[in-house]
Amino acid sequence: MRIASFASFAFAATVALFAVTQAQAADPVFTIVIKNHKFEPARLDVPAGQKIQLVVKNMDATAEEFESSDLKREKVIAPGKEVTISVGPLKAGTYRFVGEYHEATAKGELVAK
Amino acid sequence: MIFGGIAKNLNQAIKQRVRAVYLRLSEGIPLWSGKGSFNVLSTAIIVFREILEAALIIGVVMAASRGVAGRGVAIAGGIGGGLLGAVVVALFAGEIADAVQGAGQEIFNAAVLIVAVAMLGWHNVWMKTHGREIARHMSEVGNAVRGGSQPVRALAIVVGAAVLREGSESVLFLYGVAAGSGGGIWDMIWGGALGIAGGMLLGVALYRGLLRIPPRHLFMVTSVLILVMAAGMASQAAAFLVAADLLPTLGAQLWDTSALLDPRSLIGRTAHTLLGYDARPAGIQLLVFIATLAVIGLSMRAAGGRPPAARELPAR
Repeated sequence: MRIASFASFAFAATVALFAVTQAQAADPVFTIVIKNHKFEPARLDVPAGQKIQLVVKNMDATAEEFESSDLKREKVIAPGKEVTISVGPLKAGTYRFVGEYHEATAKGELVAK
Repeated sequence: MIFGGIAKNLNQAIKQRVRAVYLRLSEGIPLWSGKGSFNVLSTAIIVFREILEAALIIGVVMAASRGVAGRGVAIAGGIGGGLLGAVVVALFAGEIADAVQGAGQEIFNAAVLIVAVAMLGWHNVWMKTHGREIARHMSEVGNAVRGGSQPVRALAIVVGAAVLREGSESVLFLYGVAAGSGGGIWDMIWGGALGIAGGMLLGVALYRGLLRIPPRHLFMVTSVLILVMAAGMASQAAAFLVAADLLPTLGAQLWDTSALLDPRSLIGRTAHTLLGYDARPAGIQLLVFIATLAVIGLSMRAAGGRPPAARELPAR
């Protein structure tokens, strides 16, 4: 099937093209924990004007999706796992984020100064 | 031999995961949350939101492949394959996220989007070359033609890609509803069914709306829609690669129209899928959007002169 092989080629090419990535430089790292479908801490002060790495740990037994339209990031976090989200450089201001699967409780914000 | 080994490992891993899911579900999780229909409704809304994009894409694709023999089977195959893939992706969400130094999820999403962009572009170019032929066949043989099976397969892959991306998130979410957070299996079942039904309704509405366009204009409209949709997906892929630190932003935020049209609203999400709307685009996204429009548009122009032979369609 020509199309299928074309499709898998396009897919493989993209993955291969970006498979060799450099490790993130020494950006400051901030950690947020998800527990009982809440972020801890729910408010985090971060430096403005530079890249930061946000480590989000999911201590719950179910998956969560970190989502922030302010930060333009969305990432699924499997239960018991952590992900690193590269953010910024941010202008000074407040950036809200939610856990999309438990939006009623999982809310938080980054305050860039 | 190598593939055999991989398949065996994969098989084992899947079995393990399925067993773990089964154990959790059988650990006496309540069948009903006791919170009444609230959980069903909130579950339905989230599922609806997750599958909206796939539903709209299916609507467009069905309209674009109107009159081609076997399109229903091909597209149903795309949906089925996408669902199957979605379950596998959901089971391995942790591994995918950890891959490529933690950028696996972004790269995976970008790659799936790029495949869809390639298929949409290829479809449009193919239709430019062969569209007139198909239309002639249609009037000769009746309404269904074989000739369009190639582009329909391309569209089926597009559908599969959309279901794969959106579906895996729904699977994870629904599993969470059933297994944790005080929810229940019935919340999952009813909420999921309601959400999916809502998404399907919207997809069907879009399809029916598109079919109201006179047949002689329909293919021109769908090919423009597909062109813009492809550019939007490419720009979305670029955003994922920015998030993975693999592309520069070229201006983190060109403008902010989120107050004008909230990207999380129903209209905002629909505009996102169909037109590539982004409330806060990065420079690279705009660049990729325009470049994709240009590449596919110029290829279409090179492939055939006038709009795909829609005017020769029999009016039905």
